[in-house]
Amino acid sequence: MSERPPTATQLPAQSPPVDPAETEAAGHRTPSPTPPSAGRLSWWHGDGGEGAKRNLALIGVLLALFVIGAATRSDLYSNPDWVWANMLSILKLASVVGVVTVGMTFVIIGGGIDLSVGAIVALAGVWCTTVATQSFGAGGMIFTAIIVGVAVGLVNGTLIAYGRLVPFIATLAMLVAARGLAAEISQKQTQISQNSTINGIASTDLLGIPLLVYILAAVVAAGWVLLNRTTFGRRTVAVGGNPEAARLAGINVKLHTLLLYALSGLCCGIAAIMLTAQATSAQAAMANLYELDAIAAVIIGGTLLSGGRGTIVGSLLGVIIFATITNLFAINGLSTEAQNMVKGGIIVAAVLIQQIQFGSLSQFFRRNRLTTS
Amino acid sequence: MTQHSRDMSRRRLLFGGAAVGAGVLLAGCTSNEQTPTEAQTKAADGNANAEPGKQVTIGFSAPAADHGWIAAITNNAKAQAAAYSDVEFKTVEAGADAAAQRAALSTLISQKPDVIVLLPHDGKELNSFGLEAMQAGIPVVNLDRAFPDAKAYRLQIKGDNYGMGVSAATFIAEQLKAKGVSNPVIAEIAGMDELELTQERTQGFNDTLAQHGLKVQNRRAARFTADSGQQEASQLLQALPKIDAIWNHDDDQGIGVLAAISQANRSEFFMVGGAGSKKAMEDIQADNTVLKATVTYSPSMASSAISLARLIGQSRGMSDLVELQVPKEIVLASETITKENASDYLKLGF
Repeated sequence: MSERPPTATQLPAQSPPVDPAETEAAGHRTPSPTPPSAGRLSWWHGDGGEGAKRNLALIGVLLALFVIGAATRSDLYSNPDWVWANMLSILKLASVVGVVTVGMTFVIIGGGIDLSVGAIVALAGVWCTTVATQSFGAGGMIFTAIIVGVAVGLVNGTLIAYGRLVPFIATLAMLVAARGLAAEISQKQTQISQNSTINGIASTDLLGIPLLVYILAAVVAAGWVLLNRTTFGRRTVAVGGNPEAARLAGINVKLHTLLLYALSGLCCGIAAIMLTAQATSAQAAMANLYELDAIAAVIIGGTLLSGGRGTIVGSLLGVIIFATITNLFAINGLSTEAQNMVKGGIIVAAVLIQQIQFGSLSQFFRRNRLTTS
Repeated sequence: MTQHSRDMSRRRLLFGGAAVGAGVLLAGCTSNEQTPTEAQTKAADGNANAEPGKQVTIGFSAPAADHGWIAAITNNAKAQAAAYSDVEFKTVEAGADAAAQRAALSTLISQKPDVIVLLPHDGKELNSFGLEAMQAGIPVVNLDRAFPDAKAYRLQIKGDNYGMGVSAATFIAEQLKAKGVSNPVIAEIAGMDELELTQERTQGFNDTLAQHGLKVQNRRAARFTADSGQQEASQLLQALPKIDAIWNHDDDQGIGVLAAISQANRSEFFMVGGAGSKKAMEDIQADNTVLKATVTYSPSMASSAISLARLIGQSRGMSDLVELQVPKEIVLASETITKENASDYLKLGF
């Protein structure tokens, strides 16, 4: 099974029914082929050369942000304890959106979009903090949040895969509906979590590192393995790159699409527990605009919005960059408005840079391949 | 193939069964019998206005916001109306924004209520509705969000946002003076920055601090939700390694602010809240968090608005005043709740 996913050499042999001209016309929609010259890559080279270069650029941006921070608040940055605590606070800030973003990355690579993630987090958060759920203890609350997340994801996926709704519209409808249901269940009140185990998730440290950061790391690692080392991941790339070719290659595209939205829902369920623990409460308006934060992080992480290409590591770096900007503005006491403008600017700049730099780069590779073959 | 499909059907049965089971369990989990917050109403007592008078129909509209304060506004209005035998209460959903509320309100005019009590999404945007209703001979009671045009309302009853800032700053200045702190570090966690009420609160806070020769060191704006309060507070604490006092504009988001403070193991400062939620008052009374006071912006104004609307409908005045009619404008004072008086105010918490 695992040799089915299209690597550069296998793709032409595997999809004869597709008109070659059409594949070429789709151009960037074909799954990013590894350059043939690369040969066998070592196991950790999953993201390919292009993605790694983009990630290096993001790390450069991140370092630049830290340099700006150190230059503007040298009094704070001169204290190593504070710097370490600040790093952890940035990672904690990024943890909830980070988990949501992993699911979003899969959905977008698979050629879809999920606008309902913020609403799912709110619904799962509210559902797991009702008086009845809290009476089941921490286990019951975690179970409820995850099941609610997955169930809403399955509804999204069913509507999109089998109901043939456009993902944008189906998840937009879910955005409105899930928040409505959350408001209905919570009776518009802020529901306080009385469970010390749940609340403890946000205040527990293991070996000096917050539990929330471990959860983020675990979800990101699982996502990376799932995307780069399993059939599921390769199918995701194939489905997003060219659904028709994927179908002809024997992939059940509809079922796969359904599973992608369920996966996004699962991530939202996990995020809901983390956010509820952090705020020690849940309400229908929580996780406001998380869908936009997640999509923005995915995009600046280098995932193609039209699907078929993307990296988990890039998305994670995107989330951390946004959290670092928030932190930078906070420690300098600058206004939220200016911060939002800078975030908007960074999204545009990231996409522009990618189009100019990597667009020409991938064209170069493609031309190179045509001449060598 | 047959083996495969049998496997599939068995798997489907298992999954289906599990899904139904989980569904039943989860549906049970939506039950949400919280300890009911008592509505803040005024029982009919001995005064002359308590006597049942002419039958009055009151139309009511408030945004369906997902915030504890707005929920309390609607609950209070309903409960107060139910306390009068001579009031018929008609409520219309205000929808998601000013345009939706305007559409809903036009159906209300056609039903010809005696008085309309209205908490607009935005006072400026619904000003024209106020004018229209007043011209149609229906007195309008504006609740909390003012119409710019004085002809657009018969009565305006609102909280004092500027006064909240003044009360909070006064309490902080007094406390710091009592402690003898020189060069204190004061931080502020505001609500939604795009709202006029947030700007007024901050203005009052800054003006009053300036009178005492103090200023805000760092200010972050959250979004009236606990999770945004937690995030902004965690960054604020990061920015200021040592703080003497914090004013947080809203007690609902304060749940998250307090969570962030305990997660960061900080306790070197004291905090003042805003609005006056039941939870905040209980915390102040228990005196085991950094929250030492809160300045009120009480949703009890909705109960008062209904009582006054009834008097307007019956052409009666307020019995303690000399005037024969209800005044045109009432601004509630923002009171400071501390450990000493929390027990008196607890019944007004929402």
